[in-house]
Amino acid sequence: MKLAKVIGTVVATRKDKSLLGCKILMIQPLTDEMKSSGEAIAAIDIVQAGPDDLVYWITGREAALALSDTFAPVDATIVGIVDSVDV
Amino acid sequence: MFLCRVKGSVTSTIKHKSYKGLKVLVVQPIAADGKDKGDSFLACDSVQAGPGDIVLAAREGNTARQILGTEDDPLHAVIVGIVDSVTLRSE
Repeated sequence: MKLAKVIGTVVATRKDKSLLGCKILMIQPLTDEMKSSGEAIAAIDIVQAGPDDLVYWITGREAALALSDTFAPVDATIVGIVDSVDV
Repeated sequence: MFLCRVKGSVTSTIKHKSYKGLKVLVVQPIAADGKDKGDSFLACDSVQAGPGDIVLAAREGNTARQILGTEDDPLHAVIVGIVDSVTLRSE
């Protein structure tokens, strides 16, 4: 589970049917010192995050468990919007 | 599992329901000699760890789900123990 900043959105009309209605955002993974930590990726958003929001996200099988269809082909999902990071 | 140092915590009100009531901590992976190794990440706490503690963190969903939640909770990283000491056999 990592922090990330929302840097954009992805619109895809032709996609797997279980992704219908899913909001896809581009996120840049970050460390707690706000340094980029890895490549920017596309992730499914389930918490209505907006541009420039600081969020945390998960990968792996659990990313699909966050969706209504738990067998959706998803490996990155935003599961929370960060209010503050106290380090 | 990763040997990590707890750096701090993350507060969040808008989140997936299975994160309700869970403490999310910022952890920095460290080598056995205590030096930082790699990027910091987040893990849910299950042992009441606090900033400065040396902990064991598992970055694997099945472990997180069994410890923190039910079979279908989207939990991925969990702190499973607070380390008292690490001793290495000198080569």
